[in-house]
Amino acid sequence: MMLDSVSQEAAPAEESEKLQDKEYLQTIQKQMLKFAEMQLNDHQLAEDAVQEALIGAMKNSKSFSGKSAFKTWVFAILKNKIADILRKRHRTVEVTNLAGSGADGEEDFANLFDERGGWTQGTQPTNWGDPENSFKQDQFWQVLETCLTGLPERQAKVFMMREYIGLSSDEICQQESLTVSNLHVILYRARMRLQKCLEMRWFTGEGANA
Amino acid sequence: MLSCREVTRLVSLSQEKKLSFTERMQLKLHLWMCKRCNDFKTNTATIRAAMRSFADGRDEDQNPPK
Repeated sequence: MMLDSVSQEAAPAEESEKLQDKEYLQTIQKQMLKFAEMQLNDHQLAEDAVQEALIGAMKNSKSFSGKSAFKTWVFAILKNKIADILRKRHRTVEVTNLAGSGADGEEDFANLFDERGGWTQGTQPTNWGDPENSFKQDQFWQVLETCLTGLPERQAKVFMMREYIGLSSDEICQQESLTVSNLHVILYRARMRLQKCLEMRWFTGEGANA
Repeated sequence: MLSCREVTRLVSLSQEKKLSFTERMQLKLHLWMCKRCNDFKTNTATIRAAMRSFADGRDEDQNPPK
């Protein structure tokens, strides 16, 4: 509903033609594989999931409304596949995960807050206005993607599990061998970074109200 | 009185679980007085909404196939 007036109104045919564009498909495939490998920690499983998602996309390309960008759409299919795999699998705890079970490194956002814990000058959050307005712009989603890519790997993985794939806290803790408090710290850090990044690159930058 | 830093932590935590009564009251009090943290809270909710929208293929009328 809120995206009714999405600017990009590609016809379905046009969108599904992207499936015929080999170079485009390869780029997407690479990005999908990277994401799937990060989430699954298993190259073979990741390849299978990507393949299935792409086949699914081809099969359904005609029923696809054309409103959402092709990439977002295949990623949504991939995301569902990954969620299924993660939920079915009871992860055997890996040594590497145990070793890194703490939140990744020290990161206390010292530059954001003064010694009394107040916002330092120039780093305060600002009013983002009407975000729906941003959601309608393709560029906003590109910035969001850039910001997500900029997160440290573990933060990115856990944050995506929570907010994109949609796993519950319990499910993530089990997958990643994390305690609940570790999980909360990682999510907190990811949210802080994302908010700063969006603020700088979008909301106070050129994009938002252009 | 909570610091802004502690408030950011609680705002994030509130997306994961229901805060205790005391935490909620302290948070409310701070947010009532601090515009910056109020913006922070709104922006945190915006990020979640954006991620939902991103995950749903940015189109509420279309459910991505399994």
